[in-house]
Amino acid sequence: MDLNKNKPEAAPARRRYVTTRRLDRIFVELAKVYRFNARFFKEVWFPPYEFREIIKQCYEIGVRSLPLISLTGFIIGIVFTNQSRPSLADFGATSLLPALISVAIIRAIGPLVTALIAAGRVGSAIGAELGSMRVTEQIDAMEVSATNPFKFLVVTRVLASTLMIPALTMFTTLVSLLGGYLNVHQNELTSLSVFFYQVFDAITFLDIIASSVKSVIFGFTIGMVGCYKGYNSSKGTEGVGKAANSSVVTAMFLIFIEELLIMQVINTIRAF
Amino acid sequence: MEAKRINPNIDRSEKVITIRGLKKAFDDFEVLRGVDLDLYKGENLVVLGRSGTGKSVLIKIISGLLQADEGTVNVLGKEVSGLKPREMDALRLKIGFSFQNSALYDSMTVRENLEFPLERHAKHMTVAEREDTIQYVLEAVGLLQAINQMPSELSGGQRKRIGIARTLILKPDIMLYDEPTAGLDPITCIEINSLINEVQEKFNTSSIIITHDLTCARAVGDRIVMLLDGQFQREGTFDEVFESNDERVQSFYNYNFID
Ligand SMILES: Nc1ncnc2c1ncn2[C@@H]1O[C@H](COP(=O)(O)OP(=O)(O)OP(=O)(O)O)[C@@H](O)[C@H]1O
Ligand SMILES: [Mg+2]
Repeated sequence: MDLNKNKPEAAPARRRYVTTRRLDRIFVELAKVYRFNARFFKEVWFPPYEFREIIKQCYEIGVRSLPLISLTGFIIGIVFTNQSRPSLADFGATSLLPALISVAIIRAIGPLVTALIAAGRVGSAIGAELGSMRVTEQIDAMEVSATNPFKFLVVTRVLASTLMIPALTMFTTLVSLLGGYLNVHQNELTSLSVFFYQVFDAITFLDIIASSVKSVIFGFTIGMVGCYKGYNSSKGTEGVGKAANSSVVTAMFLIFIEELLIMQVINTIRAF
Repeated sequence: MEAKRINPNIDRSEKVITIRGLKKAFDDFEVLRGVDLDLYKGENLVVLGRSGTGKSVLIKIISGLLQADEGTVNVLGKEVSGLKPREMDALRLKIGFSFQNSALYDSMTVRENLEFPLERHAKHMTVAEREDTIQYVLEAVGLLQAINQMPSELSGGQRKRIGIARTLILKPDIMLYDEPTAGLDPITCIEINSLINEVQEKFNTSSIIITHDLTCARAVGDRIVMLLDGQFQREGTFDEVFESNDERVQSFYNYNFID
């Protein structure tokens, strides 16, 4: 017997837009991104606030990233210091090492490395989690039980990541400086107090503010990209992998762009 | 074969869901092409149909997860498409939706899954009352021992029953079951069927049960409709529907009972 005869007709091939299809899609996507962000800023102010979930996410994002971030920060501190020494040694200026690494680490390396590692660890986790919740209809289930899934899942995660990435950045910066100190101490026999005196002498208040603002923006980006990709992930298990993957790639890409833009802005401010 | 079902609770004078001329298309693919449906109070309505005919789409529209393109969907006296988010939420509290693949929150234990709706919508309850409610629905689905397990540790049938428990916990007026018995062994199927009937009796719910399992349809359905080509084409009791000479209905029947 013919098993196919009662099948609903297949969809006719969609050929409506041939040339403009890709361009269309970019604009549709941009509009979706805009709406997603706008919804976040609309919903973040109103109750219910889901404090428990925020704290849980802060723990997931902040505390659980600590081991990886500490190790990476520490090693980068050592390596960066070690590799910078020869160029300063040529001028007999190795005494400037603490100042050099302090500026580099606090202004750029600390925030950037933290953000990139978090994009890999946190961004992919958020993307995969929300993606699988979308695919297995858990997000729909929340919605039909009259709970706002956007508030429970997206707002909490974006807030947690916006809060925790700056905290992690401070921590990474400190650990990197410590790594730098160990290397300097070993080679130039500088004491801890002298090292940190030079470190803080080299940086300004603006540096610290700029780094903090930057890491807040990075944190927001990582949370937002992960949530957007996961929340809107396509159906099927394949969608989950895609969501996780593109969360990382997109977040990293945006972080570099933001880094460049912020650097320009800070330089303009510094010039005043 | 199970005994034919006789349900004394149906109140034909009160409609809880009324749908007229419902249409829904995805891109160019028309899934629903003018569905009319009435659900009476206390009734178990079974919707039969082949895979991909839009059964899930239908109940997703009823619960507001998808938007209809055309037609009216009236649930408990409210027009679904015109509701503000807050009104929609109020309506959703009266609708229980049991998903095709259970949709349990897999980062939470069974207890937390059940607490989740309670914490948000039964704020007046004391901790003890909540605990009682959780125990009560778990007993109703016969899975009290699973209370501290994670969804990943449960079997498909158990997950389904927890899913039903989670939708029952807010005492909905309407239950929507999406393929409650799909993929389960015959004995678990029978258990789920009697669970659906028990739920109807205990909570006096009106239900739409979506299935392509005729044993289930016969066991729980007070009335049966068949979704064919995007419309409801046969309606009546189980026997009335399958008396039809329509070839598509017959093949549906024959394939279900191949011995
Ligand atoms: N969100 C969606 N986007 C696009 N197409 C969809 C969507 N949801 C459903 N469809 C399409 O609508 C049709 C009906 O889907 P539906 O899930 O309602 O089938 P069903 O009758 O429940 O089948 P099954 O018995 O296999 O669950 C399918 O062809 C599907 O491809
Ligand atoms: Mg379905």
